[in-house]
Amino acid sequence: MATILVIDDEPQIRRFLRISLTANGYTVVEAETARAGLDACASARPDLVILDLGLPDMDGQEAISAIRGTSAVPIIVLSVRAHEHDKVEALDRGADDYVAKPFGIAELMARVRAALRQRSATGEPPTLVTAGRVCVDLARRVVLRGGEEVHLSRREYELLATLAARADHVLTHAEILRAVWGPAHVHDTAYLRVYVKQLRQKLEEDPNLPALIVTEPGVGYRFRLPAVE
Amino acid sequence: MPHDDPNARPSPDALLEEANRERRGRHTIFLGAAPGVGKTFAMLEGAQARRREGVDLVVGVVETHGRVETAALLEGLERVPLRTVSYRGKAFEEMDLDAVLARRPRLVLVDELAHTNIPGSRHVKRWQDVEEILDAGIDVSSTLNVQHLESLNDVVERIAGIRVRETLPDSVLQKADEIELIDLPPQELIRRLADGKVYVPEQARRALDRFFSPGTLTALREMALRQAAERVDSQMLRYMRSHAIAGPWPTRERILVCIGHGPEAARLVRTAKRAAERRDAPWVALHVETHRSTSRREADKDAIAAALRLAEQLGGETAVVQGERVVDEILAFARGRNVSQIVVGRAGARRWTRGFLRSATADLLARAGRFDVLVVAAGDEAATAPATTEAMAWPAARDWPAYALATLIVAAATAFGALIDRWLPLPNVSVVYLVGVLLVAIRSGLAPSIYASVLSFLAFNFLFTEPRYTLAINDPQNILTVAFFLIAAVITSNLAARVRAQVEVARVSARRTANLYDFNRRVAAAASLDDVLWAVVHHVAASVDGRSLVLMPEEGRLVVKAGYPPEDTLDEKSMAAAQWAWDHGSPAGRGSTTLPAADWFFLPMRTGHGPVGVLGVQIRSGQPLLSPEQGRLIDTLASQAAVAVERTSLVGDIQKARLDAETERLRAALLSSLSHDLRTPLVSILGAATSLYTYDETLKPAQRLDLVQTIQDEAERLNRFVQNLLDMTRISSGALRPKADWVDLADVVGAAAERARRILRRHRLRLDLEPGLPLLRADPVLLEQVFFNLIDNACKYSPKDTTVTVWARRQDGRVVAEVCDRGRGIPEADRERVFDMFYRVQGGDGQAAGTGLGLAISRAIVEAHGGTIEARSGLHDAGTCIVIALPAEPPPTLPD
Repeated sequence: MATILVIDDEPQIRRFLRISLTANGYTVVEAETARAGLDACASARPDLVILDLGLPDMDGQEAISAIRGTSAVPIIVLSVRAHEHDKVEALDRGADDYVAKPFGIAELMARVRAALRQRSATGEPPTLVTAGRVCVDLARRVVLRGGEEVHLSRREYELLATLAARADHVLTHAEILRAVWGPAHVHDTAYLRVYVKQLRQKLEEDPNLPALIVTEPGVGYRFRLPAVE
Repeated sequence: MPHDDPNARPSPDALLEEANRERRGRHTIFLGAAPGVGKTFAMLEGAQARRREGVDLVVGVVETHGRVETAALLEGLERVPLRTVSYRGKAFEEMDLDAVLARRPRLVLVDELAHTNIPGSRHVKRWQDVEEILDAGIDVSSTLNVQHLESLNDVVERIAGIRVRETLPDSVLQKADEIELIDLPPQELIRRLADGKVYVPEQARRALDRFFSPGTLTALREMALRQAAERVDSQMLRYMRSHAIAGPWPTRERILVCIGHGPEAARLVRTAKRAAERRDAPWVALHVETHRSTSRREADKDAIAAALRLAEQLGGETAVVQGERVVDEILAFARGRNVSQIVVGRAGARRWTRGFLRSATADLLARAGRFDVLVVAAGDEAATAPATTEAMAWPAARDWPAYALATLIVAAATAFGALIDRWLPLPNVSVVYLVGVLLVAIRSGLAPSIYASVLSFLAFNFLFTEPRYTLAINDPQNILTVAFFLIAAVITSNLAARVRAQVEVARVSARRTANLYDFNRRVAAAASLDDVLWAVVHHVAASVDGRSLVLMPEEGRLVVKAGYPPEDTLDEKSMAAAQWAWDHGSPAGRGSTTLPAADWFFLPMRTGHGPVGVLGVQIRSGQPLLSPEQGRLIDTLASQAAVAVERTSLVGDIQKARLDAETERLRAALLSSLSHDLRTPLVSILGAATSLYTYDETLKPAQRLDLVQTIQDEAERLNRFVQNLLDMTRISSGALRPKADWVDLADVVGAAAERARRILRRHRLRLDLEPGLPLLRADPVLLEQVFFNLIDNACKYSPKDTTVTVWARRQDGRVVAEVCDRGRGIPEADRERVFDMFYRVQGGDGQAAGTGLGLAISRAIVEAHGGTIEARSGLHDAGTCIVIALPAEPPPTLPD
């Protein structure tokens, strides 16, 4: 089973993470400071890192860069709500996902599983992504909803494909815009809003309460796979 | 000074005076009638006695004049070294005021109170140094000869034949706490003089015989005795007042002194001051400004201004009124001010008009009615000095163009007269001359027009009346014509010149009124302190045709706050004068008696609540002094400016007080909210957790789940509350700056609903969002917070299993969203107040606890986006709808 490195200075948080993660069958390595975390990262070779952004000895953002300097291990960041720029920066620096504190353990487990799944499938990008009644065939560039093909414009398809290719993974506005519209349009969120809305109209059961393309306010969007509970 | 208080209560003025007296040092003056009576000796003897008692005393300055006995008395006394001042290449020694102040003894001995300091010293006179020492709370013993008193100055001159130049205000003697009269019989003094025991300055030796004659000394001695006796009276009076001893008080009298032009004015003032003092009455110096005032010689104007200033210095009040009939004005003023005695000079009329025109004094005497009139004899000065200067001044050199013009106009009139003489009768020619005279009068005033009249008369007589080319006239009719011409010409001149002068006076007065009006208007319009100060300096500079500054204290020292033309710094001398004016609350600098070497004149700006700053004025170079007119104007402006400055700070104070009260209210509300909203969830969590721990075995799985659920719910509630507090802090600290981005409202509402999923599990959520809503320019995170708060509130205040609805539609160019519940609703009266921080509608106990912050945060966010938020009653008056309207921006243009 996978080894997970938890870097957090709060013993209480480390304790409940250890209990829950161990209960789910993961091996847990703990570090109290960023320095110790970086050492453990090199020595224990974890499959996933859970990193608190607020560490006493080093800025969490720099810790991300430091880990990324030597390793491609998935990183899930623990951050405070309402600090959206922190989340975006963490994602830009190479973090894979974030969970806002305080959080429920179910939410964290879903992120952990998604990140590990992504890692196991490295190399080959997925060719078929299925979420409920919607199926995105990335190889054939076809989208099915309840078995029927949905007609999408070229941009709509590219947007959906970008999100689905990294399903269960938050993508920042800038990332999506760069991938779909090109580097000149990284700030044109209006494009994104309009196209997301159109996609939801075509794919969601209730476009007002989207279940497939989920908004992460202030950060970006996430293509959500149904939870495997 | 005196205040008739009919009630048996200590008069407030008297008490105040007592209080000030306590804080100040005590001043003992050793008063003598003449040099040589032994004042310094007596002072030193007293000092030796005090020293033996152990009093900490120093000698500030004592002049022994080489007398051995005096020098011997200095033995054993600590002397503050004198300061050496060099002036025009010579070294002089003066008392070191700063060293004395720094030494801070109990008592300082200062000889020769009336001494004039060397230029470059801080004060012009030594008595001012003494005032400063007294203000510092240090006692002073000093010596004074009676002839140095300002009000006795000219009496002494008349008796002794010596003009005493070193004078000091009577108020110094009046304010002294104790007077020791050093008396020596005249014969004894003359003997001492003969023995060479009296020091006499070289320049006074010539007058020695006259001064030290038994007659003079007796008169001076009487004056000194009277001064001391009056002192006793006034001390008694003061005691009675401050101890509320019932009368008989002296009846209130008021003395009015009329100041005309002429050199006797100063003497009139002194006479009035003495008369007032004898009766312990207040007094007023009055000058009546007529149309002639403007055309007066500068020397005369200066004399009047000087007399008015002297009156102020001697403690009198001054007034200037405008009017043509001097006597009427005086009587009206006297009646209005309840005057009992009027003091006038005798030289009211010029010598050449005596017997022809009645003098103003004679007129006043005739009409005085119930007023006592004291007529003061013309002094020598009136007969000699001014007559010569007048003779020399007439016609003043600067007037010659006016006379040249008058001559020219008469010549022109003559030419024109010659032209019409052939066709028209003689009287018409005289009219031509009359027109000429009128022109001169209007242009140049009285004297040139009289000159023109006479010239015209001569020319007319010589050229036009038969026999021509002589000054003789044959025809009686012509004699009449010529005579009438002359009379008409003089009257015309007079009238025209008077009109001209009145226009001039009116113009000056109107300018002054307009100036004050303009100032008030500008200052009233200024809201901030900077605006007020700018208006003040600009206005003052314009009014005196010079430069002006305002200095105010900042962190314990005076700094230039505004200047016109803009100025940031002052040279050291001027700064010292400004500081002095601020510290002592009296004028300083150029044109005053304190630090006159400074380039600026400084006037303290004060209100009833105390000083607020210092106003600096600098008149254009070449004019070192302010005229009394300007002085009064600046005085008025300074006090009005002070009031305006105070007004701005009062406005600030009120706003601050209001803010403080609001902050206090919020602090109290926050505390109560914290104690309630933080503790309630903690109680539940702790209770549930301990239950699980303690009764682990006995609990059924459903109960266990229930307790766990409680912990989770309450922890989440706690989290929301903390989040709200953090948001509120961000909003109050001004950190709430929406990061505008293009936002889809459906997206935002969806995210909020997603986050509120657990809260919503006991309610139904219905989203009714109009399709095709435009994108909004908004901060998605903040807007999501608004909808989350509103959905949270809706669930909190409505029963289980009811529906919470979110509507959104486009309306009048705005996007309007509503979050509606089916709860009990908000009473009409509370619908505005629910948006206040920590405000909660009073409800039953069963109501879910709110933080009282959610709506306040929502409102702050919505308003930061330029939107509005309000509470309304729901459909069919059931429940509550919170309605948000946000501006819809023109949609972005999209390619594709």
